[in-house]
Amino acid sequence: MDMDEKLKLFWDVGATMIASTPHATELGIQFVAIGEGQATLSLPYSTKLIGDARTRVVNGGAVTTLLDQACGLAAFTGFDTLGALATLSLRIDYQRTAKPGETIIGIAECYKTTKHVAFLRAIAHDGDETDPVATAQATFMSTGPRLSFEDAINARMKKAAKRKQAEEGLQL
Amino acid sequence: MSQSRTDTPLSAMTQIRDRLANIPYATTLGIEPHFMGEEFTLILPYKDSNIGNATLPALHGGGIGGFMEVCAIAQIILSNPDRELPKPIGINIDYLRRGRPVDTYARAQIFKQGARVANIRVRAWQDRFDTPIAALSGQFLLGKES
Repeated sequence: MDMDEKLKLFWDVGATMIASTPHATELGIQFVAIGEGQATLSLPYSTKLIGDARTRVVNGGAVTTLLDQACGLAAFTGFDTLGALATLSLRIDYQRTAKPGETIIGIAECYKTTKHVAFLRAIAHDGDETDPVATAQATFMSTGPRLSFEDAINARMKKAAKRKQAEEGLQL
Repeated sequence: MSQSRTDTPLSAMTQIRDRLANIPYATTLGIEPHFMGEEFTLILPYKDSNIGNATLPALHGGGIGGFMEVCAIAQIILSNPDRELPKPIGINIDYLRRGRPVDTYARAQIFKQGARVANIRVRAWQDRFDTPIAALSGQFLLGKES
């Protein structure tokens, strides 16, 4: 299979997935990058994420959501078929408080998949990858029917061709 | 503040509302405290912005995790009214069932509280207490005495 087509599909699906997740957009989570079994997202600082008005530090829950979302996306690209996923477990160690005002970056890596389960590691940092705010470990489970990459890419191409045809039809 | 652990529920309610008002993230989620006698329950009323999967639909797993973290913090505040807010050290979340688009509840129990750290468990459920949708166990660093 064409690796470029697969990556194109990932970038397309990744950006769409974040933009169409209401709770991700509510917190301001943004799509940054994606690869096979890898995903990077960002969480710009915002007053609605604050966990302590006195210190203005971001709440742990917002970091939890960023890491869960990044792990979900990395798990999605980690399997050799495509389909819906559910979080099974999420373990987070909060190494230090995030600096108020700084964007938090979430980087997740899927290091192993079995038929139904994906195993992931993730970190959240606010500028220095070697000094993370939090580290995480997660497992995701595939739920429901799965689609091969070839079928997914063909379906997308067909859809794009149909859209193009419809647009051309409108112009005439 | 000179309130102790033997607060009447009414003053506990006022106190927890005051403290939660200092957690803007809790307001973002839409969290509401509730007391029945001494028993404290945190409510996450359903709202569209807490959805994580619009096609299922299902609540966001991260949002459920954040809700349980706030519940743990609130329970520690209730037992330690004279301290600043606690900070999470480590949390472990088990996701048990899909969070359906309805109201969600959480209750926390402090298993052990030492001089610096509290070990706590939180259960989140929707229609039935006996069928939890998620469970959290975590360690929290207690805030300084204020």
